Order: sequence, then C-alpha cells, then structure tokens
Amino acid sequence: MIKPTPSPLNVSQQLAVLSSAPIEAFTAHLANHDVPQLHTGNLEILQHNVGKLCNQTCSHCHVDAGPDKTEENMEWATFEACFQVAEQCQPRIVDLTGGAPELNPHFRDAVKKFKTLGVEEIIDRCNLSVLLLASQKDLAEFLAENGVHIVASLPAVNEQQTDAQRGSGVFDKSIKALQRLNELGYGRAGSGLQLTLMSNPSGAFLPPPQSTAEQRFKRLLRDRYNIEFTRLIELTNMPIARFLDYLIDSNNYERYMQKLSSAFNPGAVDGLMCKNTLSIGWDGKMYDCDFNQMLELPVQASCKTIFEFSNELMDNREIALANHCLGCTAGQGSSCGGATA
Amino acid sequence: MQYYDDQDLPKFGAIAEDNKELADSFFKWYGQVFQDAELTKREKNLIALAVAHAKQCPYCIDAYTEASLESGCSKGEMMEAVHVAAAITGGATLVHAVQMRNKADGLSM
Repeated sequence: MIKPTPSPLNVSQQLAVLSSAPIEAFTAHLANHDVPQLHTGNLEILQHNVGKLCNQTCSHCHVDAGPDKTEENMEWATFEACFQVAEQCQPRIVDLTGGAPELNPHFRDAVKKFKTLGVEEIIDRCNLSVLLLASQKDLAEFLAENGVHIVASLPAVNEQQTDAQRGSGVFDKSIKALQRLNELGYGRAGSGLQLTLMSNPSGAFLPPPQSTAEQRFKRLLRDRYNIEFTRLIELTNMPIARFLDYLIDSNNYERYMQKLSSAFNPGAVDGLMCKNTLSIGWDGKMYDCDFNQMLELPVQASCKTIFEFSNELMDNREIALANHCLGCTAGQGSSCGGATA
Repeated sequence: MQYYDDQDLPKFGAIAEDNKELADSFFKWYGQVFQDAELTKREKNLIALAVAHAKQCPYCIDAYTEASLESGCSKGEMMEAVHVAAAITGGATLVHAVQMRNKADGLSM
C-alpha cells in the first residue's frame, strides 16, 4: 500500500534523480525517432494551478498538496492578470486545478468572470470529496449552474485501490459525490453537463487502455451504484514529488523509469498537452505544463509571469524538457486530457 | 547460484541464442495469443495469472501480476483468479479419488 509522506526531496534533488536514471534521456528518445525539439503551437488551454490547498493528501500527488498548504494560493490580483490574458488570447478552455481549486476563496468569482470572457469550456479538476465538505455544501449546484465541466479523480471502482492512493474513506465519499452530481444532471445524456472521470494507477505500473477501462468503469459504476459519467481518461503517474518519493522508498524507481523508457511511443508526442497549453502557477509564474511547474522549470521566454505576458510566448516557444516527460509519452500517452496516441 | 532471480526474466529472449528458429516461432505465437480477440487481453492476463499459480512459476506470477494491474484489475479480482486455479488444482487432486475408490473396490471384498 502507498502511504502518504511529506516530500523529502527538493526540486533540484528531484531533477538530479531524474537525470541520473539508468535510461536513455527523453531528448535522446526524441532524436532516435527523428522527432524535432518540441515547440508550442496555438494556445488552446489556459491552465491555472490556483493553489496547493487540498482537503486530501494523496500518495501520488505531483503538487504535494494538502490541508496544511494555506499560503500557496492564487490571489485576486493574479486572477485579474489571468483574465486579461484570457480576454486577449481567447483560449478554448480555461482549466482550473490545484490542490482542490474550489478551496481557493476566489474560485467562484473567477469561474463567473471567465464565463463573461466567452471561454468555450471551463474545467474544474475536482477531487470529489470536496463537494461533501460542510463549507462547500452548495458547490455542486454552483458548478452545475455555471455549466462547469467537472474532471473528477477516481483511480478505480473499488475501495482498496482508491483509498490506498487517495486516503481512507475517499472511495465512499467519491461515490456519494458522484451520485449527487448525477442528481444535478452531470454525466446524464442531454444535460450538457460533462462529468469526466480521471484515473491514475494506484502504484508503480502503467494505466490500462483508456477505451476498455472506460467501458468497465461505466458498467461497474452503473450496476453497483447507479452512476453515469461522460467519459474516462487515464493518466500515467509522473515520477516527481510524492510519487517519486514512493518510487524510491519502495525500490521501484529504476524499474519504473525503465518501464517508461521502454514504453516510449513517438506516436504519443503530437498530442502532448505542453504543445497547446500554458500553465500558470498560484504566484503567476508561467510554465509549459503543471509538471514543469512543480519542478520549477519555467517557460523559455523573456517574460516569466502572467503579469508580463506577451504574444512572444505563443510564437513557437521551445518547451522545457527533462526525463519526467517520459511519463507523458509511455504507451498510449498521457495528458490532462487523457491518452494522446 | 540463485534460483528464480527476478533479474532473469528480462533475459528470456536470450533463449534464441541457442535455437533462433524455435525461439522466434515461440515468441511470435506467444505474442499473438495475448492479443485482444474473442477474449480480451485483460481476461487473458487473468487466465495467465491463474495458470502461473497452478504451475507455480515465479517469473510468470511477477509478469502477470503486473500485466493484470496494467489491465485495470484489482487485487480482489486477481485473488479470485488464483482461487479458481486453486479450486481446479485441488479438484484435480480430489477427482482422482474416484480412481482410487474404483481400484480399492476392485481389490476389496
């Protein structure tokens, strides 16, 4: 069983561990397959990591989020800079993540403001249990009223694997929250309210094929709990932060990195999220993706924060790479939107 | 000399060094067996896990535990598969008691 632990490795130590993995480097994999250095294309997704505060402490969390992270949360002035960029760039999707993004005190005002800017889709990356907190009793209704697309974490349709990854009692809470969302129309055909489930493996192995896993989740959740959802996405666990600690502590690190390396799939590269996403941290710093954000690998451009955003950022920007990127190119590929190959 | 070293499993392909033609045939067929067909790859991995226990092959147990997890199986499902293997191997032992009883009856007054 994976046990939550505070992250003992700082960012530079994590990068050192990643670069010393006994595998061919990510950039060498690209070169071996004649894939040119990765650059950004059109900006489609403006992803905001609005803070590290969370009511859960998941064992695989790449953000190292938890209930004690009360300081690292996006302030309204930073949100306002994000609104300006959204208005200027008109991304198709605004993606709000964390932590539990709903626990940021400005979350609801931010959702309402992004709606006025004509954003096609607003995503809330939801841990489900947050919907049951006494302080959030009207959150589900708020999300439904504003047509927010919920991307909810559920690693497995069983208590053992779910609670091992996400904490004791989380599976039962997740089921209750999903039933509540269904009552509001989420995941029901014709409601227009999208409910995507997101599954990460509960250990040092790769996720199952997304399409067959979706069929199985749909059957089990319907038969056992009368729950419907729109689609399932499968994500690979990234060898950073808490999951990296787990890999090292459980003597799985080298094996896992070798697995990611041997499963490198050049067909997964085109769909990588870093090519159409700009990731903004709670403090306004800008990154190619949420994983680079946690490794403090900033965008390779002269402007580094959302306050100094310029269109130069969107002009074929070179993406910052390291060996953790192998997590996004293994097997069927992995991104915030699920499989990429 | 250590028996059943988990570092040996990745060396399985090296059996081709002593007879490439037969090894190539085996590995090609082996790969085809585990493709999605009338049975899903997931179902085949659980069958393989059960057989691995019946044959008590530690390499196969390691390989098909991981393959089953990567097919989205829970430990509960994997344990059920092992119980199927145990029931069949146990049953196969016990059903021979019919032979024993036939023989004993034939020899006894």
